[in-house]
Amino acid sequence: MPQATLLQAIHDALLEGMARDPRVILLGEDVGREGGVFRMTQGLMRRFGQERVIDTPLNEGGIIGMAIGMALNGMRPVVEIEFADFIYPAFDQIVSELAKMRYRSAGQFTAPVVVRTPSGGGIKGGHYHSQSPEAYFVHTSGLTVVMPSTPADAKGLLASAMGGEDPVIFLEPKALYRTVRGEVPEGEHRVPIGEARIARSGDDLTLVAWGAMAPVAEKAAGLAAAEGVSVEVIDPRTLWPLDIGTIVGSVNRTGRAVILHEAPRSCGFGAEVAALIQERCFLHLKAPVYRVAGFDTPFPYALEKSYLPDPRRVLAAVRAAMAF
Amino acid sequence: MDSMISVIRPDGTADPEQDPGLPEEDLLLLYRKMALLRAFDEKAIALQRAGRIGFFVPSAGQEACSVGAGHALRDGDWIFPSYRDHGMALMRGCPLETLLGQIYGNAADPTRGRQMPSHWCDRSIRLVSVSSPVATQLPQAVGAAYAAKLRGEKVASIASFGDGGTSTGEFHAAMNFAGVFETPTVFFCENNQYAISVPVSRQTAASSLAVKAQAYGFRGIRVDGNDVLAVRKVVGDALARARDGKGPTLIEALTYRIGPHSTSDDPTIYRSAEEVAAWREKDPIRRFAAFLSGRGLMDDASIDAAAAEAKEAVRKAVEVVEAAPPVPFESLFEDVYAELPWHLAEARDALLAGKE
Ligand SMILES: Cc1ncc(C[n+]2csc(CCOP(=O)(O)OP(=O)(O)O)c2C)c(N)n1
Repeated sequence: MPQATLLQAIHDALLEGMARDPRVILLGEDVGREGGVFRMTQGLMRRFGQERVIDTPLNEGGIIGMAIGMALNGMRPVVEIEFADFIYPAFDQIVSELAKMRYRSAGQFTAPVVVRTPSGGGIKGGHYHSQSPEAYFVHTSGLTVVMPSTPADAKGLLASAMGGEDPVIFLEPKALYRTVRGEVPEGEHRVPIGEARIARSGDDLTLVAWGAMAPVAEKAAGLAAAEGVSVEVIDPRTLWPLDIGTIVGSVNRTGRAVILHEAPRSCGFGAEVAALIQERCFLHLKAPVYRVAGFDTPFPYALEKSYLPDPRRVLAAVRAAMAF
Repeated sequence: MDSMISVIRPDGTADPEQDPGLPEEDLLLLYRKMALLRAFDEKAIALQRAGRIGFFVPSAGQEACSVGAGHALRDGDWIFPSYRDHGMALMRGCPLETLLGQIYGNAADPTRGRQMPSHWCDRSIRLVSVSSPVATQLPQAVGAAYAAKLRGEKVASIASFGDGGTSTGEFHAAMNFAGVFETPTVFFCENNQYAISVPVSRQTAASSLAVKAQAYGFRGIRVDGNDVLAVRKVVGDALARARDGKGPTLIEALTYRIGPHSTSDDPTIYRSAEEVAAWREKDPIRRFAAFLSGRGLMDDASIDAAAAEAKEAVRKAVEVVEAAPPVPFESLFEDVYAELPWHLAEARDALLAGKE
């Protein structure tokens, strides 16, 4: 199987999706001629024309609103929001409109829009180029929230999102765009929405992590192994609807769980995962469910490395759970 | 862009320069729909006062806007209405039972009681689901029109909204996108002088709302919103231009909301009885009746008969809708996603178990 970066894998999913389905169109700021600020859509305008790869005015509410209208009228828009930090101007269109169209019309109108956006820290982007807003969208009923961490998953999940009937917030861990490589199946490849990936098997503790934290979790698991602790790493891939079955199956076996994310800790998605685990695994738990997360501060510029969870911080939580 | 187009002159005759020249049967249809809309509103308010429904958004005084615009639409056109445009729905053939069912939120509601009253939709006439946040439908109307344009279809979209809506970011976004992409979109602003209590002078310092179109690179027109023939003409022309690839238009229809903003509002707090009385004199239905009488198409007897017929149609529809059972409570969890996910299935099962 050929190797690709996360960026190439997402690019290929877009290209193949557009080639397969003439209803798929891309829209966003700089996605056309420039090919996106991360060059994700490079070459797509040349190949598919400016009617399918659309450079829009700078207005995120307008972009999502227009995409909703296009989806109502039979298109399959894939929106790029230049950075997740700039999705807030479109919050009303996403929360009040996109997420609710099916419900409020009892299925008469649906808006299968995919909103792709580079998310998370690790690029020295400071507060406005680093945030992880997944919890806002998980909290909004009607949205599917996806965050892949491997190239194969990124390609397969984006293909599923583009072929699905529900709106999807597709968060891309931009720190991994060019830093991870992996095997990616050629041609049509789908990873089902709502199925977790077991990134590493283990027996003593379950570590749940997504996005750019998934490789951090794997490193922490390596450190733990050196101390004789066998850690299972689960990457949910789809944050919502969460594959709770895979997580519960693992925790019931290991008896311990740590959840890891880079978004701020309080009311982060980890809180929901922890609550679900304690509801379902209570009698199997040998230790409290711990969270390792970003701090409840704005995302800092100079101290980014201190803010972001690293394998040592994760290891400390693993040790605490083992020693409880 | 500050002058206003009218058709029906003070003496009840039509200005031949602007008259859209509708056939007699269409003129009578317009009248009947306006009368039906007035009867519908009066009944809905009475039902709310009697405690049989919870809430309603009346459109009395603005019938010429929604009915006139609705008549200009064709099959295939998309409608992105505000909560005050049930006249468009009625004009396009949406059954009274659909609107009333939505108000009652029972099994007669095709949208299963999902929203508060006055938030309807009807897929069969491409009338997209109304939502409460003001003006969110505007960029969506641009998107639907753009999709049609990209496919080479000769259809247009209309987005309707109030004067308050022109202050939102969505208005700016939609107008700007429509201008840039030259979409077949008609922005239909019903300037009824107030956004709840706030007068239009607090929405803008511009000389009109129509003039705003200039900044986006397309036409803005002001029309007499209490003159159904003028609305029909201006909206009809704008839609025809849109379908012909000549781009968007902003229409400002000058009108007045005779009643409260909603059944929860007390307009005596913010406007004088004299002001309301002056606008009552310009009632769009009476004005159109005078025109039709002048043309020999109606007389006092047929005007009374139309009102009675409208009342009876509404009464019958209320009877049907009131007899419908409540929405089944399992439907609470449906239509959130295309398929029921596990967490909603669990919540449903727990609720069902609790009922046993
Ligand atoms: C974004 C938003 N802010 C506030 C409200 C509360 N609200 C409902 S209707 C309304 C006034 C709208 O006035 P206008 O746009 O002129 O339309 P009209 O009701 O007069 O038809 C307000 C403030 C709302 N629905 N949406």
